[in-house]
Amino acid sequence: MTAHAVLATPSTFDAAALRADFPTLQRTINGHPLVYLDNAATSQKPRVVIDRMNRFYTEEYSTVRRSIHLLSAKATQAYEQTRHLVAQLINAPEARQIIFTKGTTEGINLVAHGYGRKFVGKGDEIIISATEHHANIVPWQMLCEEKGAHLRVIPVDDRGELILEAYEKLLTDRTKLVAVGHISNALGTIHPVEEIIRLAHAQGVPVLVDGAQAAPHMPVDVQALDCDFYVFSGHKTYGPTGVGILYGKTAWLEQMNPFLGGGDMIETVTFEKTTYAPIPHKFEAGTPAIAEVIGLGTAIEYLRQVGLEAIAAYEHQLLEQATERLLAIPGVRIIGTASRKAAIISFVVDGIHPHDIGTLLDQEGIAIRAGHHCAQPVMARYGVPATARVSFAFYNLPSEIEALGAAIEKAIAVFAL
Amino acid sequence: MSNKSLYGEQIIYLSKHPKNFRVIENAQYICEGANPLCGDRVTVYVNVSDDDTLEDVAFQGTGCAICMASASMMTTSVKGKKRAEAEQLFEEFHRLVKGELDPAREPHHLGKLTMFENVSHYPVRVKCASLPWHALRNALENKHSASTE
Repeated sequence: MTAHAVLATPSTFDAAALRADFPTLQRTINGHPLVYLDNAATSQKPRVVIDRMNRFYTEEYSTVRRSIHLLSAKATQAYEQTRHLVAQLINAPEARQIIFTKGTTEGINLVAHGYGRKFVGKGDEIIISATEHHANIVPWQMLCEEKGAHLRVIPVDDRGELILEAYEKLLTDRTKLVAVGHISNALGTIHPVEEIIRLAHAQGVPVLVDGAQAAPHMPVDVQALDCDFYVFSGHKTYGPTGVGILYGKTAWLEQMNPFLGGGDMIETVTFEKTTYAPIPHKFEAGTPAIAEVIGLGTAIEYLRQVGLEAIAAYEHQLLEQATERLLAIPGVRIIGTASRKAAIISFVVDGIHPHDIGTLLDQEGIAIRAGHHCAQPVMARYGVPATARVSFAFYNLPSEIEALGAAIEKAIAVFAL
Repeated sequence: MSNKSLYGEQIIYLSKHPKNFRVIENAQYICEGANPLCGDRVTVYVNVSDDDTLEDVAFQGTGCAICMASASMMTTSVKGKKRAEAEQLFEEFHRLVKGELDPAREPHHLGKLTMFENVSHYPVRVKCASLPWHALRNALENKHSASTE
Protein backbone atom coordinates (compact mmCIF):
# COMPACT_ATOMS: atom_id res chain seq x y z
CA MET A 1 0.00 0.00 0.00
CA THR A 2 1.23 3.43 -0.84
CA ALA A 3 -1.62 5.08 1.02
CA HIS A 4 -0.38 7.75 3.34
CA ALA A 5 -2.16 6.42 6.34
CA VAL A 6 -2.62 8.92 9.06
CA LEU A 7 -4.05 8.42 12.49
CA ALA A 8 -6.16 11.37 11.77
CA THR A 9 -8.06 13.76 13.84
CA PRO A 10 -9.50 16.56 11.69
CA SER A 11 -6.72 18.96 12.55
CA THR A 12 -3.96 16.54 11.55
CA PHE A 13 -5.72 15.10 8.49
CA ASP A 14 -3.20 15.41 5.68
CA ALA A 15 -5.33 15.78 2.56
CA ALA A 16 -2.44 17.29 0.61
CA ALA A 17 -0.36 14.14 1.15
CA LEU A 18 -3.27 11.85 0.27
CA ARG A 19 -3.78 13.71 -3.03
CA ALA A 20 -0.44 12.38 -4.20
CA ASP A 21 -2.04 8.92 -4.33
CA PHE A 22 -4.48 10.03 -7.06
CA PRO A 23 -2.92 10.36 -10.55
CA THR A 24 -5.83 12.29 -12.08
CA LEU A 25 -5.57 14.97 -9.41
CA GLN A 26 -2.07 15.80 -10.65
CA ARG A 27 -3.24 17.03 -14.03
CA THR A 28 -4.27 20.43 -15.32
CA ILE A 29 -7.53 21.37 -17.05
CA ASN A 30 -7.65 24.38 -19.38
CA GLY A 31 -4.30 25.50 -18.04
CA HIS A 32 -5.30 25.29 -14.37
CA PRO A 33 -4.68 22.61 -11.77
CA LEU A 34 -7.70 20.32 -11.69
CA VAL A 35 -10.08 21.13 -8.84
CA TYR A 36 -12.31 18.07 -8.78
CA LEU A 37 -15.60 18.82 -7.02
CA ASP A 38 -17.84 16.25 -8.70
CA ASN A 39 -17.30 13.44 -6.22
CA ALA A 40 -21.00 12.75 -5.73
CA ALA A 41 -21.10 11.74 -9.40
CA THR A 42 -17.96 9.65 -9.24
CA SER A 43 -14.69 9.71 -7.33
CA GLN A 44 -11.11 9.58 -8.57
CA LYS A 45 -9.06 6.42 -8.18
CA PRO A 46 -5.93 6.00 -6.07
CA ARG A 47 -2.89 4.55 -7.81
CA VAL A 48 -3.09 1.35 -5.73
CA VAL A 49 -6.49 0.50 -7.25
CA ILE A 50 -5.31 1.11 -10.81
CA ASP A 51 -2.13 -0.88 -10.18
CA ARG A 52 -4.00 -3.76 -8.58
CA MET A 53 -6.32 -4.10 -11.56
CA ASN A 54 -3.39 -3.88 -13.99
CA ARG A 55 -1.56 -6.56 -12.05
CA PHE A 56 -4.60 -8.79 -12.13
CA TYR A 57 -4.92 -8.38 -15.89
CA THR A 58 -1.20 -8.70 -16.65
CA GLU A 59 -0.20 -11.46 -14.22
CA GLU A 60 -3.15 -13.16 -12.60
CA TYR A 61 -6.06 -13.04 -14.99
CA SER A 62 -8.51 -15.89 -14.96
CA THR A 63 -12.15 -16.55 -14.28
CA VAL A 64 -13.65 -17.27 -10.87
CA ARG A 65 -15.37 -20.31 -9.37
CA ARG A 66 -15.52 -22.37 -12.56
CA SER A 67 -12.14 -23.83 -13.24
CA ILE A 68 -9.80 -25.94 -11.17
CA HIS A 69 -6.49 -24.51 -12.38
CA LEU A 70 -4.24 -22.42 -10.17
CA LEU A 71 -4.98 -19.03 -11.76
CA SER A 72 -8.70 -19.51 -11.31
CA ALA A 73 -8.25 -20.61 -7.71
CA LYS A 74 -6.18 -17.46 -7.01
CA ALA A 75 -8.65 -15.21 -8.82
CA THR A 76 -11.51 -16.74 -6.84
CA GLN A 77 -9.61 -16.13 -3.62
CA ALA A 78 -8.97 -12.46 -4.49
CA TYR A 79 -12.54 -11.99 -5.62
CA GLU A 80 -13.98 -13.51 -2.44
CA GLN A 81 -11.53 -11.52 -0.34
CA THR A 82 -13.34 -8.34 -1.47
CA ARG A 83 -16.59 -9.80 -0.16
CA HIS A 84 -14.98 -10.14 3.27
CA LEU A 85 -13.54 -6.62 3.10
CA VAL A 86 -16.95 -5.17 2.21
CA ALA A 87 -18.59 -7.14 5.03
CA GLN A 88 -16.05 -5.68 7.46
CA LEU A 89 -16.45 -2.18 6.04
CA ILE A 90 -20.19 -2.06 6.69
CA ASN A 91 -20.16 -4.53 9.62
CA ALA A 92 -22.27 -7.17 7.89
CA PRO A 93 -22.63 -10.31 10.04
CA GLU A 94 -21.50 -12.64 7.23
CA ALA A 95 -19.69 -12.22 3.92
CA ARG A 96 -22.38 -14.25 2.10
CA GLN A 97 -24.78 -11.35 2.72
CA ILE A 98 -22.69 -9.22 0.33
CA ILE A 99 -23.87 -9.48 -3.29
CA PHE A 100 -21.77 -8.02 -6.08
CA THR A 101 -23.82 -5.97 -8.52
CA LYS A 102 -23.03 -3.55 -11.34
CA GLY A 103 -23.71 -0.59 -9.09
CA THR A 104 -26.30 1.04 -6.85
CA THR A 105 -28.88 1.13 -9.65
CA GLU A 106 -28.60 -2.60 -10.24
CA GLY A 107 -28.74 -3.29 -6.50
CA ILE A 108 -32.06 -1.46 -6.20
CA ASN A 109 -33.41 -3.14 -9.31
CA LEU A 110 -32.33 -6.52 -7.90
CA VAL A 111 -34.38 -5.90 -4.76
CA ALA A 112 -37.33 -4.55 -6.77
CA HIS A 113 -37.24 -7.76 -8.78
CA GLY A 114 -36.26 -10.34 -6.18
CA TYR A 115 -38.22 -8.98 -3.23
CA GLY A 116 -40.78 -6.76 -4.97
CA ARG A 117 -42.11 -9.20 -7.51
CA LYS A 118 -42.45 -11.87 -4.85
CA PHE A 119 -43.89 -9.91 -1.94
CA VAL A 120 -45.65 -6.86 -3.42
CA GLY A 121 -49.17 -7.27 -4.76
CA LYS A 122 -52.19 -5.29 -5.94
CA GLY A 123 -53.08 -2.40 -3.67
CA ASP A 124 -49.84 -2.69 -1.67
CA GLU A 125 -47.67 0.37 -1.10
CA ILE A 126 -43.99 1.22 -1.30
CA ILE A 127 -42.66 4.31 0.45
CA ILE A 128 -39.78 6.38 -0.90
CA SER A 129 -38.78 9.96 -0.11
CA ALA A 130 -39.12 13.21 -2.03
CA THR A 131 -35.36 13.60 -2.35
CA GLU A 132 -34.54 10.29 -4.03
CA HIS A 133 -32.25 9.81 -6.99
CA HIS A 134 -34.08 8.50 -10.06
CA ALA A 135 -32.42 5.13 -9.36
CA ASN A 136 -34.52 4.86 -6.19
CA ILE A 137 -37.73 6.04 -7.86
CA VAL A 138 -38.02 4.42 -11.27
CA PRO A 139 -37.53 0.72 -10.28
CA TRP A 140 -40.34 1.10 -7.73
CA GLN A 141 -42.60 2.85 -10.24
CA MET A 142 -42.02 0.00 -12.67
CA LEU A 143 -42.84 -2.52 -9.95
CA CYS A 144 -45.97 -0.63 -8.90
CA GLU A 145 -47.15 -0.44 -12.48
CA GLU A 146 -46.66 -4.16 -12.96
CA LYS A 147 -48.34 -5.15 -9.70
CA GLY A 148 -51.03 -2.51 -9.36
CA ALA A 149 -49.28 -1.25 -6.23
CA HIS A 150 -48.85 2.39 -5.19
CA LEU A 151 -45.86 4.58 -4.54
CA ARG A 152 -46.03 6.85 -1.48
CA VAL A 153 -43.58 9.71 -0.98
CA ILE A 154 -42.25 11.11 2.30
CA PRO A 155 -42.42 14.90 1.85
CA VAL A 156 -39.45 17.19 2.44
CA ASP A 157 -39.45 20.62 4.10
CA ASP A 158 -37.93 23.83 2.76
CA ARG A 159 -34.55 23.08 4.32
CA GLY A 160 -34.36 19.64 2.74
CA GLU A 161 -35.29 17.56 5.78
CA LEU A 162 -37.76 14.70 5.52
CA ILE A 163 -41.00 15.26 7.44
CA LEU A 164 -41.17 12.24 9.74
CA GLU A 165 -44.66 13.00 11.08
CA ALA A 166 -45.95 12.61 7.51
CA TYR A 167 -43.89 9.44 7.08
CA GLU A 168 -45.49 7.87 10.16
CA LYS A 169 -48.91 8.46 8.64
CA LEU A 170 -47.83 6.83 5.37
CA LEU A 171 -46.83 3.61 7.13
CA THR A 172 -49.85 1.27 7.07
CA ASP A 173 -50.58 -2.42 6.86
CA ARG A 174 -50.46 -2.01 3.07
CA THR A 175 -46.82 -0.86 3.17
CA LYS A 176 -44.53 -3.60 1.85
CA LEU A 177 -41.20 -1.75 1.69
CA VAL A 178 -39.56 1.57 2.54
CA ALA A 179 -36.69 2.64 0.23
CA VAL A 180 -34.76 5.79 1.18
CA GLY A 181 -31.44 7.37 0.46
CA HIS A 182 -28.95 7.58 3.32
CA ILE A 183 -27.77 10.94 1.95
CA SER A 184 -29.55 13.02 -0.71
CA ASN A 185 -27.28 13.37 -3.75
CA ALA A 186 -29.01 16.59 -4.77
CA LEU A 187 -29.25 18.39 -1.42
CA GLY A 188 -26.66 16.70 0.79
CA THR A 189 -29.16 16.00 3.59
CA ILE A 190 -28.19 13.10 5.83
CA HIS A 191 -31.55 11.43 6.30
CA PRO A 192 -32.55 10.09 9.74
CA VAL A 193 -32.44 6.51 8.47
CA GLU A 194 -32.16 5.08 12.01
CA GLU A 195 -35.54 6.60 12.89
CA ILE A 196 -37.03 5.70 9.50
CA ILE A 197 -35.98 2.07 9.97
CA ARG A 198 -37.19 1.93 13.58
CA LEU A 199 -40.64 3.21 12.61
CA ALA A 200 -40.91 0.83 9.64
CA HIS A 201 -39.85 -2.17 11.71
CA ALA A 202 -42.44 -1.30 14.34
CA GLN A 203 -44.96 -2.06 11.56
CA GLY A 204 -43.03 -5.11 10.34
CA VAL A 205 -41.95 -3.35 7.13
CA PRO A 206 -38.44 -3.93 5.69
CA VAL A 207 -36.24 -0.99 4.66
CA LEU A 208 -33.77 -0.56 1.81
CA VAL A 209 -31.16 2.19 2.26
CA ASP A 210 -29.51 3.69 -0.83
CA GLY A 211 -26.04 4.36 0.52
CA ALA A 212 -24.41 5.56 -2.71
CA GLN A 213 -23.51 8.93 -1.16
CA ALA A 214 -22.85 7.64 2.35
CA ALA A 215 -20.62 4.56 2.16
CA PRO A 216 -17.62 6.50 0.70
CA HIS A 217 -17.89 9.35 3.21
CA MET A 218 -18.86 8.07 6.65
CA PRO A 219 -18.73 4.90 8.73
CA VAL A 220 -21.71 2.66 7.96
CA ASP A 221 -22.80 -0.13 10.29
CA VAL A 222 -25.65 -2.14 8.78
CA GLN A 223 -26.22 -4.02 12.04
CA ALA A 224 -26.51 -0.83 14.07
CA LEU A 225 -28.83 0.62 11.43
CA ASP A 226 -30.73 -2.68 11.33
CA CYS A 227 -31.58 -2.00 7.66
CA ASP A 228 -32.84 -4.93 5.62
CA PHE A 229 -30.96 -3.91 2.47
CA TYR A 230 -28.08 -1.51 1.88
CA VAL A 231 -26.74 -0.64 -1.57
CA PHE A 232 -23.81 1.40 -2.83
CA SER A 233 -21.45 1.80 -5.80
CA GLY A 234 -17.79 0.95 -6.22
CA HIS A 235 -17.02 3.89 -8.46
CA LYS A 236 -18.06 6.50 -5.88
CA THR A 237 -16.01 4.63 -3.29
CA TYR A 238 -12.62 5.25 -4.99
CA GLY A 239 -12.99 1.92 -6.77
CA PRO A 240 -13.69 0.95 -10.38
CA THR A 241 -16.86 1.45 -12.40
CA GLY A 242 -19.08 -1.55 -13.10
CA VAL A 243 -19.19 -2.94 -9.59
CA GLY A 244 -21.51 -2.24 -6.69
CA ILE A 245 -22.69 -3.80 -3.46
CA LEU A 246 -25.98 -5.08 -2.19
CA TYR A 247 -26.10 -6.10 1.46
CA GLY A 248 -29.21 -7.93 2.61
CA LYS A 249 -30.45 -9.70 5.68
CA THR A 250 -30.00 -13.42 5.16
CA ALA A 251 -33.67 -14.28 5.70
CA TRP A 252 -34.72 -11.92 2.89
CA LEU A 253 -31.95 -12.89 0.50
CA GLU A 254 -32.79 -16.56 0.91
CA GLN A 255 -36.50 -15.99 0.23
CA MET A 256 -35.97 -13.70 -2.75
CA ASN A 257 -36.16 -14.71 -6.39
CA PRO A 258 -32.90 -14.63 -8.35
CA PHE A 259 -32.44 -11.54 -10.55
CA LEU A 260 -30.69 -12.99 -13.59
CA GLY A 261 -30.70 -16.63 -14.58
CA GLY A 262 -27.63 -18.29 -16.00
CA GLY A 263 -24.31 -19.84 -15.12
CA ASP A 264 -22.92 -19.72 -11.59
CA MET A 265 -26.25 -19.10 -9.88
CA ILE A 266 -27.45 -22.70 -10.07
CA GLU A 267 -27.18 -25.81 -7.96
CA THR A 268 -28.45 -28.31 -10.56
CA VAL A 269 -30.03 -27.75 -13.93
CA THR A 270 -32.23 -30.15 -15.89
CA PHE A 271 -34.68 -29.13 -18.57
CA GLU A 272 -37.48 -29.79 -16.10
CA LYS A 273 -36.22 -27.71 -13.19
CA THR A 274 -33.30 -25.71 -11.90
CA THR A 275 -32.43 -25.38 -8.25
CA TYR A 276 -30.56 -22.27 -7.28
CA ALA A 277 -27.22 -21.91 -5.61
CA PRO A 278 -27.15 -20.62 -2.02
CA ILE A 279 -26.54 -16.91 -1.42
CA PRO A 280 -24.58 -14.94 -2.49
CA HIS A 281 -24.08 -16.90 -5.73
CA LYS A 282 -27.83 -17.14 -6.40
CA PHE A 283 -27.64 -13.45 -7.32
CA GLU A 284 -24.41 -13.51 -9.31
CA ALA A 285 -25.23 -15.15 -12.63
CA GLY A 286 -22.64 -15.08 -15.38
CA THR A 287 -18.99 -14.13 -15.29
CA PRO A 288 -18.79 -11.17 -12.91
CA ALA A 289 -16.66 -8.01 -13.11
CA ILE A 290 -13.70 -9.87 -11.63
CA ALA A 291 -10.99 -7.24 -12.03
CA GLU A 292 -13.36 -4.55 -10.80
CA VAL A 293 -14.34 -6.54 -7.71
CA ILE A 294 -10.66 -7.10 -6.91
CA GLY A 295 -9.95 -3.39 -7.52
CA LEU A 296 -12.80 -2.49 -5.20
CA GLY A 297 -11.21 -4.63 -2.51
CA THR A 298 -8.04 -2.56 -2.80
CA ALA A 299 -10.08 0.67 -2.68
CA ILE A 300 -11.74 -0.49 0.53
CA GLU A 301 -8.39 -1.37 2.11
CA TYR A 302 -7.17 2.10 1.15
CA LEU A 303 -10.29 3.74 2.58
CA ARG A 304 -9.92 1.85 5.85
CA GLN A 305 -6.31 2.97 6.16
CA VAL A 306 -7.31 6.59 5.71
CA GLY A 307 -10.19 6.00 8.11
CA LEU A 308 -13.83 6.83 7.55
CA GLU A 309 -14.24 8.59 10.91
CA ALA A 310 -11.42 10.94 9.96
CA ILE A 311 -12.78 11.37 6.43
CA ALA A 312 -16.23 12.30 7.73
CA ALA A 313 -14.77 14.83 10.17
CA TYR A 314 -12.48 16.39 7.56
CA GLU A 315 -15.19 16.57 4.89
CA HIS A 316 -17.47 18.25 7.41
CA GLN A 317 -14.85 20.98 7.81
CA LEU A 318 -14.81 21.38 4.02
CA LEU A 319 -18.62 21.62 4.02
CA GLU A 320 -18.60 24.38 6.62
CA GLN A 321 -15.84 26.33 4.90
CA ALA A 322 -17.45 26.01 1.45
CA THR A 323 -20.89 26.95 2.76
CA GLU A 324 -19.47 30.07 4.34
CA ARG A 325 -17.47 30.99 1.22
CA LEU A 326 -20.45 30.56 -1.12
CA LEU A 327 -22.82 32.51 1.11
CA ALA A 328 -20.34 35.39 1.12
CA ILE A 329 -20.93 35.86 -2.63
CA PRO A 330 -23.89 38.16 -3.37
CA GLY A 331 -26.48 36.41 -5.56
CA VAL A 332 -25.56 32.86 -4.49
CA ARG A 333 -28.31 30.83 -2.86
CA ILE A 334 -27.80 27.35 -1.40
CA ILE A 335 -30.58 24.81 -2.01
CA GLY A 336 -30.66 22.40 0.91
CA THR A 337 -29.87 23.75 4.35
CA ALA A 338 -30.61 20.74 6.53
CA SER A 339 -29.03 20.60 9.97
CA ARG A 340 -27.25 17.33 9.15
CA LYS A 341 -25.51 17.48 5.80
CA ALA A 342 -22.79 15.62 3.94
CA ALA A 343 -20.21 17.62 1.95
CA ILE A 344 -22.54 18.21 -0.98
CA ILE A 345 -23.75 21.73 -1.79
CA SER A 346 -26.38 22.55 -4.43
CA PHE A 347 -26.57 26.21 -5.30
CA VAL A 348 -27.95 28.70 -7.79
CA VAL A 349 -26.59 32.08 -8.81
CA ASP A 350 -28.97 34.95 -9.62
CA GLY A 351 -29.17 35.53 -13.36
CA ILE A 352 -26.78 32.77 -14.40
CA HIS A 353 -27.96 29.33 -15.43
CA PRO A 354 -26.17 26.43 -13.69
CA HIS A 355 -24.85 25.12 -17.02
CA ASP A 356 -23.18 28.44 -17.69
CA ILE A 357 -21.67 28.35 -14.19
CA GLY A 358 -20.47 24.82 -14.98
CA THR A 359 -18.78 25.86 -18.22
CA LEU A 360 -17.22 29.02 -16.76
CA LEU A 361 -15.85 27.05 -13.78
CA ASP A 362 -14.52 24.37 -16.12
CA GLN A 363 -12.53 27.08 -17.89
CA GLU A 364 -10.84 27.64 -14.53
CA GLY A 365 -10.12 23.92 -14.14
CA ILE A 366 -12.94 23.39 -11.64
CA ALA A 367 -15.13 20.33 -12.29
CA ILE A 368 -18.63 20.56 -10.85
CA ARG A 369 -22.01 19.11 -11.77
CA ALA A 370 -24.75 21.27 -13.24
CA GLY A 371 -28.22 19.98 -13.96
CA HIS A 372 -30.99 18.11 -12.20
CA HIS A 373 -28.65 15.49 -10.68
CA CYS A 374 -30.99 12.65 -11.68
CA ALA A 375 -33.41 14.06 -9.11
CA GLN A 376 -36.00 15.98 -11.13
CA PRO A 377 -38.68 15.80 -8.39
CA VAL A 378 -36.24 17.57 -6.04
CA MET A 379 -35.70 20.36 -8.55
CA ALA A 380 -39.47 20.72 -8.95
CA ARG A 381 -39.91 20.82 -5.15
CA TYR A 382 -37.55 23.79 -4.85
CA GLY A 383 -38.80 25.52 -8.00
CA VAL A 384 -35.51 25.46 -9.90
CA PRO A 385 -34.91 23.82 -13.29
CA ALA A 386 -31.40 22.84 -12.29
CA THR A 387 -28.67 23.64 -9.79
CA ALA A 388 -24.91 23.77 -9.72
CA ARG A 389 -23.52 21.21 -7.30
CA VAL A 390 -20.15 20.90 -5.64
CA SER A 391 -19.39 17.66 -3.81
CA PHE A 392 -16.23 17.01 -1.83
CA ALA A 393 -13.94 14.11 -1.07
CA PHE A 394 -11.17 13.74 1.50
CA TYR A 395 -8.59 14.74 -1.11
CA ASN A 396 -10.06 18.21 -1.57
CA LEU A 397 -8.26 21.16 0.00
CA PRO A 398 -9.33 24.42 1.63
CA SER A 399 -7.38 26.23 -1.13
CA GLU A 400 -9.68 24.60 -3.70
CA ILE A 401 -12.69 26.12 -1.95
CA GLU A 402 -11.06 29.51 -2.32
CA ALA A 403 -10.46 28.80 -6.03
CA LEU A 404 -14.14 27.84 -6.34
CA GLY A 405 -15.28 31.06 -4.70
CA ALA A 406 -13.02 33.18 -6.89
CA ALA A 407 -14.19 31.40 -10.06
CA ILE A 408 -17.85 31.97 -9.18
CA GLU A 409 -17.12 35.65 -8.60
CA LYS A 410 -15.39 35.77 -11.99
CA ALA A 411 -18.38 34.09 -13.65
CA ILE A 412 -20.69 36.68 -12.11
CA ALA A 413 -18.42 39.42 -13.49
CA VAL A 414 -18.56 37.87 -17.00
CA PHE A 415 -22.35 37.95 -16.90
CA ALA A 416 -22.58 41.45 -15.40
CA LEU A 417 -23.11 43.28 -18.69
CA MET B 1 -10.66 34.83 -21.46
CA SER B 2 -9.41 32.93 -24.50
CA ASN B 3 -10.63 33.70 -28.02
CA LYS B 4 -12.37 30.32 -27.87
CA SER B 5 -14.61 31.64 -25.13
CA LEU B 6 -18.17 30.45 -25.31
CA TYR B 7 -19.60 33.66 -23.96
CA GLY B 8 -19.33 36.57 -26.34
CA GLU B 9 -20.88 39.81 -25.12
CA GLN B 10 -23.69 39.54 -27.66
CA ILE B 11 -24.60 36.08 -26.43
CA ILE B 12 -24.71 37.21 -22.81
CA TYR B 13 -26.71 40.30 -23.74
CA LEU B 14 -29.27 38.32 -25.76
CA SER B 15 -29.58 35.70 -23.04
CA LYS B 16 -30.69 38.45 -20.68
CA HIS B 17 -32.73 40.43 -23.19
CA PRO B 18 -34.00 37.88 -25.72
CA LYS B 19 -35.94 39.09 -28.75
CA ASN B 20 -39.37 37.63 -29.55
CA PHE B 21 -39.68 36.19 -26.05
CA ARG B 22 -43.45 35.94 -26.04
CA VAL B 23 -46.41 33.70 -26.79
CA ILE B 24 -48.15 33.98 -30.16
CA GLU B 25 -51.82 33.53 -29.35
CA ASN B 26 -53.48 30.94 -31.59
CA ALA B 27 -50.21 30.27 -33.38
CA GLN B 28 -50.48 27.94 -36.38
CA TYR B 29 -47.55 25.87 -35.19
CA ILE B 30 -46.38 25.27 -31.62
CA CYS B 31 -43.65 22.91 -30.47
CA GLU B 32 -42.14 22.40 -27.04
CA GLY B 33 -38.50 21.42 -27.28
CA ALA B 34 -36.77 19.79 -24.32
CA ASN B 35 -33.29 18.65 -23.51
CA PRO B 36 -34.10 15.80 -21.11
CA LEU B 37 -30.57 15.49 -19.75
CA CYS B 38 -30.22 19.09 -18.65
CA GLY B 39 -33.82 20.26 -18.32
CA ASP B 40 -33.74 23.13 -20.85
CA ARG B 41 -37.20 23.83 -22.29
CA VAL B 42 -38.10 26.04 -25.23
CA THR B 43 -41.58 26.43 -26.72
CA VAL B 44 -41.54 27.82 -30.25
CA TYR B 45 -44.54 29.51 -31.87
CA VAL B 46 -44.75 30.05 -35.64
CA ASN B 47 -47.22 31.62 -38.06
CA VAL B 48 -46.67 30.90 -41.75
CA SER B 49 -48.34 32.86 -44.56
CA ASP B 50 -49.95 31.38 -47.67
CA ASP B 51 -46.76 31.92 -49.67
CA ASP B 52 -44.76 29.86 -47.12
CA THR B 53 -43.13 32.83 -45.42
CA LEU B 54 -42.47 32.60 -41.67
CA GLU B 55 -44.43 35.71 -40.77
CA ASP B 56 -43.97 35.53 -37.04
CA VAL B 57 -41.72 33.41 -34.85
CA ALA B 58 -41.51 33.66 -31.06
CA PHE B 59 -40.46 31.55 -28.12
CA GLN B 60 -40.72 31.12 -24.39
CA GLY B 61 -38.83 28.88 -22.02
CA THR B 62 -35.99 28.41 -19.60
CA GLY B 63 -32.45 27.37 -20.22
CA CYS B 64 -28.82 28.36 -20.15
CA ALA B 65 -27.43 31.50 -21.77
CA ILE B 66 -26.46 29.62 -24.93
CA CYS B 67 -29.95 28.18 -25.31
CA MET B 68 -31.74 31.49 -24.65
CA ALA B 69 -29.46 33.52 -26.92
CA SER B 70 -29.73 30.88 -29.64
CA ALA B 71 -33.54 30.89 -29.40
CA SER B 72 -33.55 34.68 -29.70
CA MET B 73 -31.22 34.65 -32.71
CA MET B 74 -33.19 31.81 -34.30
CA THR B 75 -36.40 33.86 -34.21
CA THR B 76 -34.81 36.98 -35.68
CA SER B 77 -32.89 35.00 -38.31
CA VAL B 78 -35.81 33.05 -39.75
CA LYS B 79 -38.53 35.66 -39.47
CA GLY B 80 -39.54 36.76 -42.99
CA LYS B 81 -37.78 33.80 -44.59
CA LYS B 82 -39.41 31.01 -46.57
CA ARG B 83 -39.68 27.56 -45.02
CA ALA B 84 -36.96 26.19 -47.29
CA GLU B 85 -34.62 29.05 -46.38
CA ALA B 86 -35.20 28.46 -42.67
CA GLU B 87 -34.49 24.78 -43.15
CA GLN B 88 -31.23 25.56 -44.94
CA LEU B 89 -30.23 27.99 -42.21
CA PHE B 90 -30.74 25.29 -39.55
CA GLU B 91 -28.61 22.92 -41.59
CA GLU B 92 -25.80 25.48 -41.78
CA PHE B 93 -26.18 26.45 -38.11
CA HIS B 94 -26.06 22.85 -37.00
CA ARG B 95 -22.86 22.28 -38.96
CA LEU B 96 -21.42 25.51 -37.52
CA VAL B 97 -21.94 24.51 -33.88
CA LYS B 98 -20.67 21.00 -34.55
CA GLY B 99 -17.49 22.44 -36.06
CA GLU B 100 -18.25 21.12 -39.54
CA LEU B 101 -18.70 24.51 -41.18
CA ASP B 102 -15.90 27.08 -41.06
CA PRO B 103 -17.58 30.40 -41.76
CA ALA B 104 -14.26 31.91 -42.88
CA ARG B 105 -13.77 29.31 -45.60
CA GLU B 106 -17.22 28.31 -46.82
CA PRO B 107 -20.04 30.39 -48.23
CA HIS B 108 -23.01 30.51 -45.92
CA HIS B 109 -26.13 32.47 -44.99
CA LEU B 110 -25.51 32.58 -41.25
CA GLY B 111 -24.97 36.30 -40.77
CA LYS B 112 -24.85 37.15 -37.06
CA LEU B 113 -25.47 33.50 -36.19
CA THR B 114 -21.70 33.06 -36.48
CA MET B 115 -21.56 34.42 -32.91
CA PHE B 116 -22.18 30.78 -31.92
CA GLU B 117 -19.06 29.54 -33.72
CA ASN B 118 -17.19 28.78 -30.48
CA VAL B 119 -19.90 26.39 -29.32
CA SER B 120 -18.04 23.85 -31.49
CA HIS B 121 -15.22 23.88 -28.90
CA TYR B 122 -17.70 22.80 -26.23
CA PRO B 123 -19.25 19.56 -27.51
CA VAL B 124 -21.54 19.16 -24.49
CA ARG B 125 -23.12 22.54 -25.25
CA VAL B 126 -24.06 21.84 -28.90
CA LYS B 127 -27.46 20.63 -27.72
CA CYS B 128 -28.07 23.92 -25.89
CA ALA B 129 -27.55 25.92 -29.08
CA SER B 130 -29.50 23.59 -31.37
CA LEU B 131 -32.55 22.94 -29.14
CA PRO B 132 -34.55 25.99 -30.35
CA TRP B 133 -33.87 25.03 -33.96
CA HIS B 134 -35.03 21.46 -33.42
CA ALA B 135 -38.19 22.88 -31.89
CA LEU B 136 -38.68 25.18 -34.91
CA ARG B 137 -38.22 22.35 -37.38
CA ASN B 138 -40.64 20.09 -35.52
CA ALA B 139 -43.14 22.92 -35.19
CA LEU B 140 -43.10 23.41 -38.96
CA GLU B 141 -43.61 19.66 -39.38
CA ASN B 142 -46.65 20.01 -37.12
CA LYS B 143 -45.08 17.95 -34.34
CA HIS B 144 -45.77 19.23 -30.87
CA SER B 145 -42.61 18.19 -29.11
CA ALA B 146 -38.92 18.00 -29.88
CA SER B 147 -36.05 16.46 -28.00
CA THR B 148 -32.31 16.76 -28.41
CA GLU B 149 -31.99 13.09 -27.46
